[in-house]
Amino acid sequence: MKKDIILTGVGGQGILSIATVIGQAAIQENLYIKQAEVHGMSQRGGDVQSNLRISSSPIASDLIARGGADLVISLEPMEALRYRHYLAKDGWIVTNVTPFVNIPNYPDIEKVLDELRAMQNVILLDVDAVAKEAGNPRGSNIVLLGACSHLLGISSERFEEGIRGIFARKGEEMVEANLKAFRAGQAAAVK
Amino acid sequence: MKKKRLLLGDEAIAMGAINAGIVGVYAYPGTPSTEITEFIQNSPAAKDNNVFCRWCTNEKTAMEAALGVSYVGRRSIVCMKHVGMNVAADPFMNGAMAGANGGLIVIVADDPSMHSSQGEQDTRFYGKFALVPTLEPSNQQEAYDMMEYGFKLSEERDIPVLMRVTTRMAHSRAVVEYDDAIEPRRELCNPKNPASWILLPANARKKYPVLIDNYTHLGQVACESGYNRYFDGADKSLGIVACGIAYNYLRENVGDDCRYPVLKISQYPLPKDLVRRMAAECSTILVMEEGQPFVEEQIQGILPHGCTVKGRLTGDLPRTGELTPDCVRASLGMQPHETFAPAENVVPRPPALCQGCGHRDLYNALNRAMEKFEDHKVFSDIGCYTLGALPPFRAISSCIDMGASITMAKGAADAGLYPAVAVIGDSTFTHSGITGLLDAANCNADIVVVISDNITTGMTGGQNSAGTGKLEQICMAVGVAPEHVRVVIPLPKNMDEISRVIDEEIAYHGTSVIISRRECIQTAKRHLKNK
Repeated sequence: MKKDIILTGVGGQGILSIATVIGQAAIQENLYIKQAEVHGMSQRGGDVQSNLRISSSPIASDLIARGGADLVISLEPMEALRYRHYLAKDGWIVTNVTPFVNIPNYPDIEKVLDELRAMQNVILLDVDAVAKEAGNPRGSNIVLLGACSHLLGISSERFEEGIRGIFARKGEEMVEANLKAFRAGQAAAVK
Repeated sequence: MKKKRLLLGDEAIAMGAINAGIVGVYAYPGTPSTEITEFIQNSPAAKDNNVFCRWCTNEKTAMEAALGVSYVGRRSIVCMKHVGMNVAADPFMNGAMAGANGGLIVIVADDPSMHSSQGEQDTRFYGKFALVPTLEPSNQQEAYDMMEYGFKLSEERDIPVLMRVTTRMAHSRAVVEYDDAIEPRRELCNPKNPASWILLPANARKKYPVLIDNYTHLGQVACESGYNRYFDGADKSLGIVACGIAYNYLRENVGDDCRYPVLKISQYPLPKDLVRRMAAECSTILVMEEGQPFVEEQIQGILPHGCTVKGRLTGDLPRTGELTPDCVRASLGMQPHETFAPAENVVPRPPALCQGCGHRDLYNALNRAMEKFEDHKVFSDIGCYTLGALPPFRAISSCIDMGASITMAKGAADAGLYPAVAVIGDSTFTHSGITGLLDAANCNADIVVVISDNITTGMTGGQNSAGTGKLEQICMAVGVAPEHVRVVIPLPKNMDEISRVIDEEIAYHGTSVIISRRECIQTAKRHLKNK
């Protein structure tokens, strides 16, 4: 088993918490993990990405090769496109459709979405709306995780355990809210 | 007992240092090194053991404090980003000459590709320059293991040890197996050779040949080190030297069974015997290294004619930027993976000052005050506020090194520029700005220094700032007239007042300081949340 994942979004959107849950679930599965993150200046509203690699055999590189990613998971549609050439030919893009516009020259969002829709393996989701509907408007990133969970080769139970483990210190209410967000994401992706 | 944990490279280093029984970590925040110190600050084990972990004012004070720890026989680490090493270079170079009584490891995180830096400088040159052994882990487990190894090497060879990591090592996580026990601290003891710590010329002249001999010996140690390994390969048409994390990119492409001989290097001085062996076996050597062509150039010097050396200098690998699995693949002559074309509807998204950030309000007011002067200049400095160079502000003209805003403004004023304005952050000011302000105040230079005080070290994530609560006193103490130390609050509603204060201080022909003070929006949010 090997999954090479590029997580992306805009600094502050919370891609690292998705990575943390996947990492936690992968550890429980006794998988090898490498996860390269971006810290520092680019976190200030710039584009950020994390290379997350999980595998049943040892992993050499911290970075994913171009054309090697099984998945691009993105909290922002243009950021999903930014890493398209890292995707393997049979890889999947799972992305939020709501643009995060903090630059004056953001492209026409319809063109961005058209380019995404033209991909063979793509899941487009308004994760903010799903999160709101699930009663957890701040849980967009966990919704997105739910939406791609079936592509990660790890069981839902493991992810739910991971969510419990990570949010436990914030109280049972937070755990339940995030489990709800996760399941809502799963349901929305199947639609 | 052995345990496992998912750790950043930086955190693995911190864990290794705690378990090696350090007395303290001495550091100034700098990407990508910051998380080493932060891990120790948050570690219950470090707290139980009273490990000193408060941020230092700059890298030089950090290095010197660690020299003091070493002098009395105990272990410590010093951490910084690569450009921090320039600030710490004086005590680093001379500390190497003095030696190490207690183990001392200097950890420097380089940033090839300049993700968060103004240069790509390769710290391995400092190791060779100072004649100290240098470690360059290729993975997180090695980073952890090398701490104990490094302290022993430092103590046995009576010399500080340098560890060089790069961004992808510092900021990448992997599972690390670690020991749960912390080594007991040694009793305080005097250096074996106390005279070498008094670097009078007469003493230094005696020590220098010892340092050089030691370096030769360390080269032998590097040949025998388990961190440097020679893997034989059947196809001798090419030999590959892979340093630090370049080794991972190589393995990513060729797997565990490379048909060419491979020399993995994670410890310097360069293991010359191993390189000579490769040269004897292979007609061409390809050097893969993160940063500058440090090994490539040295190998060219070691080898006889007839052996071709390829690497960053020859264009087989890119001359600048960090290595990737892709460029390493290309250097091996392998076909690139099949990829989708880059997408069309993508534009760059550069970082920007946060919405609600006080630097924004300061720059709006400053631009208003400065637009009265044609072709005006504002000298600035290192920090979030450097982003004021970008639209919509375009408010600053320079950013060179920590503290240069004040001294450059002074130089420009000396040369006849008016008005000469500097913008510096509070943490950068205490790091390296105070001495420059003293220079200016001593001759009452006609400059306006704006200290944009967000009460934290913002860009690296909100660490404590050494001068918080003392800035006015510091400025007055170095000789700025009290009536020209002004304080404003950068909020949109205060725009008129701030512009007026700037106008007044520009009109004053002497050294003045305007402290523009409002808490960083990020730390303010965090404080609110924690309440």
